[in-house]
Parts: sequence; structure tokens; C-alpha cells
Amino acid sequence: MATERQQTGSFESFPNDETSDGPGRVLSPAGSSRRRFLLESGALTGGLAASRYATAAAPVAADAREADAAPRSVGKARTVHLSVNRHDYAVDVEPRVTLLDALREYIGLTGTKKGCDRGQCGACTVLIDGRRVNSCLTLAVACEGQPITTVEGLADDSALHPVQQAFIEHDGFQCGYCTPGQICSAVAVLSEVRNGDASVVTRDLARSPPIDITDEELRERMSGNICRCGAYAGIVAALRQALQRG
Amino acid sequence: MQAFDYVRARSVDDAVTALRDPSTRCLAGGTNLLDLMKGDIEAPARLVDINRLPLNAVTPTADGGLRIGALVRNSDLANHRYVRERYPLLSRAMLAGASPQLRNMATVGGNLLQRTRCYYFYDTAYAACNKRHPGSGCAARDGYNRIHAIFGASPQCVATNPSDMNVALLALDAIVDVKSARGARVIPFAAFHRLPGTTPERDTNLERDELIVGVTLPPPRFTGVEYLKVRDRASYAFALVSVAAGVRVADGRIDDARIAMGGVAHKPWRAEAAERALIGHRIDPSVIAAASEAAVAGATPLRDNAFKVELARRTVARALQNAGAIA
Repeated sequence: MATERQQTGSFESFPNDETSDGPGRVLSPAGSSRRRFLLESGALTGGLAASRYATAAAPVAADAREADAAPRSVGKARTVHLSVNRHDYAVDVEPRVTLLDALREYIGLTGTKKGCDRGQCGACTVLIDGRRVNSCLTLAVACEGQPITTVEGLADDSALHPVQQAFIEHDGFQCGYCTPGQICSAVAVLSEVRNGDASVVTRDLARSPPIDITDEELRERMSGNICRCGAYAGIVAALRQALQRG
Repeated sequence: MQAFDYVRARSVDDAVTALRDPSTRCLAGGTNLLDLMKGDIEAPARLVDINRLPLNAVTPTADGGLRIGALVRNSDLANHRYVRERYPLLSRAMLAGASPQLRNMATVGGNLLQRTRCYYFYDTAYAACNKRHPGSGCAARDGYNRIHAIFGASPQCVATNPSDMNVALLALDAIVDVKSARGARVIPFAAFHRLPGTTPERDTNLERDELIVGVTLPPPRFTGVEYLKVRDRASYAFALVSVAAGVRVADGRIDDARIAMGGVAHKPWRAEAAERALIGHRIDPSVIAAASEAAVAGATPLRDNAFKVELARRTVARALQNAGAIA
């Protein structure tokens, strides 16, 4: 899967050969036809969907390339290698493609949601190297070499992540659209609390951990994730359970 | 978003060489730049990704100050042990900004260059914005200007600087270290950001080909500090008014003070008259009243933001009370 990188001047640059990884290995966007393929194949089930798409994507990707064949001198697509939920993907993306769009439209992992697409709602929250970030304001090409975890990667084969289980038990959602972002964010809260990270409502910054995790702390720490349904009370209760059991 | 080319800098020299091209911009956290690019407010032909440069250290200096690399993430700086213990004003200000996700991405250098949140600047449906298109006019001056400046505005622009970090760095007398292909220089914090004047398209005195490589803080000297931010909701919102206050009390009297305000001007706004009203006095209600009155003397509100004058006065008073209580 490794692609030899070209050197241009003193910068790292990247090959533009869209077939450098061979047919069927490089994922390209195909919009509705890609989604239709997934639905018809009955494979829209998290990581499994992504791997089936990866092996079956070539004909769809070729159509997309043909339709999008206008010559461009700036910002050409290049093959970018992403590590998502412990799987490696090669995707053909222009530099302007966000991580959010790469996950949803190229890799087929649609668990991560597009809300505002401007860093104001948190629906697109994923973990990069264990840290929560807004994938809508992250370029896919800038993520090479960094482990990415989406909501699809939190559960293990036999059990939900304790945060996922707690969201179910405490009604931490209604419509569910913000939930993948809420859950990824909550998983990060657990590690931030373990690290003794402060928030703006932490009374004494100089004091060593552990932080006294009040409901005020949990609300502040989850404030980067907006829930239009207003499931905040359940989200705080879910966080509290996950903290106590984690 | 307009198409652009993407390269990664392997060294600071790479980055400053790339910046000689006027259509190239640096990509750090991207939290503001990509947002602006999505809105077609910025459209660089090339981004040079500087995220892998070794500018992410936080290092105590020999004189007891602190050297902060330009790529240190906001969350990492706010939670750095040394900063929490010795510069709590900076920790508090940074933790008050944005959201945890954005703080994990945003860098110190990028935060220094964060652009205004004026709605007319962001909405290209409004043709008139001197900051976007010099000479086109200012839709905010006669528009809905509730969030706009009460100090230092010009007929051309009434925008405010949105950063929390910048307010604290002004109160802490920070110095900005920059590099370009022409050499290195330092910019005192008070000279880094600009008032709009007749050139509101320029937010700062950083030259277009210069790269911020770090920020240096002098040794901490305050005995009491407070960062107080007032906003429309309790979290994840920009300041209507914020105040960074630092006082040094010796033998019961204030012998050094800094008061900086955010959300009120095109740059973080230092209230020197208020500082002078404190020096030599004990912190008591009458001194706090005099200082907070001095802080808003000369304010020139617009149609919709007169409330900010009284809000700023009260926020300065509360911040001083809290800073004094800590001393």
C-alpha cells in the first residue's frame, strides 16, 4: 500500500497518479451512486461497509472520474493514506477535501455526521491520536500517519464502548444526529479527566489532579457538541455513569 | 472552497521560503483559515502545512519567563503544568475560548492571527466590507452592530478582535517572535495588532512573508489575576466583553497593574488610565470604581452596542474584585 513520495524542491509532495495503488484499492467519491451501491449490497454496517466498498469501488470510481474530468492546474487529487479505526485506506482526494468528507464520501464511513460544516456544532467530532477534533475543519491530506478513530471504531467485537452503552441507558439522544459526535467527544472527556486537564470552570488550576467533576464541569466539557433535541440531561447522566465505571 | 495546492514544510526555512509567494498561506490548526476558505473570504492558491515543524515546545527561560512555540495547541498550553501554576491568567483565557475540539486543533500562532467574527465580514452576500474588499465600505457601521467595537474604530471598520488568548497575552506583556526570508525580529504584543484606521484589511503588523515562530513571556509578576469573559451563552461563544486583569500588591498597596479588554476593539485593548487609577492604592470599592470608570472613558458606542460600555465597566470592576481577592 505504501506509495513512494516524490520530492519537489524541499517540500514533501505527492504523486497525482490516481491508479498508483492499482484498481480497486483507491477510493474515489461517487455521490449518490456510491450510496445506492452500499444500500443495495446491504452492507451499510460500519467498518464492514467500508471494506466491501474498498474492494468493489473501482467501476463506480471510474465513472466518477470520467464525469469530473475537467482539467485543473491547481489542487489536483492525489492518493492519501489514512488509518481509520485500525484499517488503512488509500483515497484519491483533492487537498481541499476535509477529513469529514473523506470519511463519509470516499471511505463510506457515514457514522461521522456533517452538521454545520463550519466548526460550530461538533457533529463531525472524531478522535485523531486520541484527541477530539472537528473533522470538518481538518484536511484529509494533513492526517496522513495519524490514527483516526470514528464512532464506528469505538466498540469491540463483543461489546459497545462504555460511553455508547451509557448513552443508551440514559437516553442521551433523541433524533440521534449529533450522537456520534457527542459519543466521540465524551470518550475524549474520559481521557482528559484521567489526565487531570482543567476546564474554564475548574476552580483551582494549580491544584494537582484529580479534578472534582461536577455537573457544571461535564456541561462545560461537552459544550463543543450542540444537541438540537436538547438531550443534555441524559448526556450528562451518561457521562457520569461512564466516568464512574471507567 | 476554491482549489489549492498543498505542500508540507520540512523546516522553518522551507516555510518562510514558501511564504515569499504572495498566494501562499500557512496551514496550522486550520480552525479559522479553513472556515474562511469555505466562505470564500480567503482563497490561497497554495497552503504550506507547518504542523510537522518543531515549534511545539513550552520551555522556561533562564530569566524565569516562558518560551511558547507557535504550534503549541491551545489545549496543551492551557493545561501545561507550568502555565497553570505560574500563568493562570493565560490558562483561564485560553480555556474560555472556543470548544475543547477547537482548542485541541488551534495553535498559539494561529490564534494570534484569528480574524474578526463581524457577521458582515463573514457574509459575502454583503458587498460592503473594507476588510474583505478595501474601498467597498462598511456594512456594519450602519447595520446591526451589537457585537462591534466601542474603542478605536474608524469610519472604515468597526470590527473587533475575537481572541481570548490575545487579551491575556497583552496583559502579560508578551513578545511575538517572527521569521522571514529577510531575517528574524521580535514584536512587542501591544504593537502586534492594529487599529483599523484606513487599512482595516490588515489585522496585524506581521508582514505577509513572516512566520510566527513563538511567543515569549516575561517572568510572572502579579499577585492576583482574573480573566472574566461575558458572552451570550455560558460556553462556546465569543466575548461581548472580556477583561484580563493582573495586579501586584506589595505592603497592602498595588504597585503594578495591567488591565486588557477583549471584544471591544479591533485589537486587544489596554486600559492604561484604569491601571494608573490603581497604582499606589489599596484595593477597595472606591478605587475599583474609579479604575472601572477610567477603563470606559472615551468609549464611542454605535447604534446597537451602547450596552457594552456599561458591561465593560462592570466587567472591569468584577475582574479587579476577583483579582484582589486572590492576592
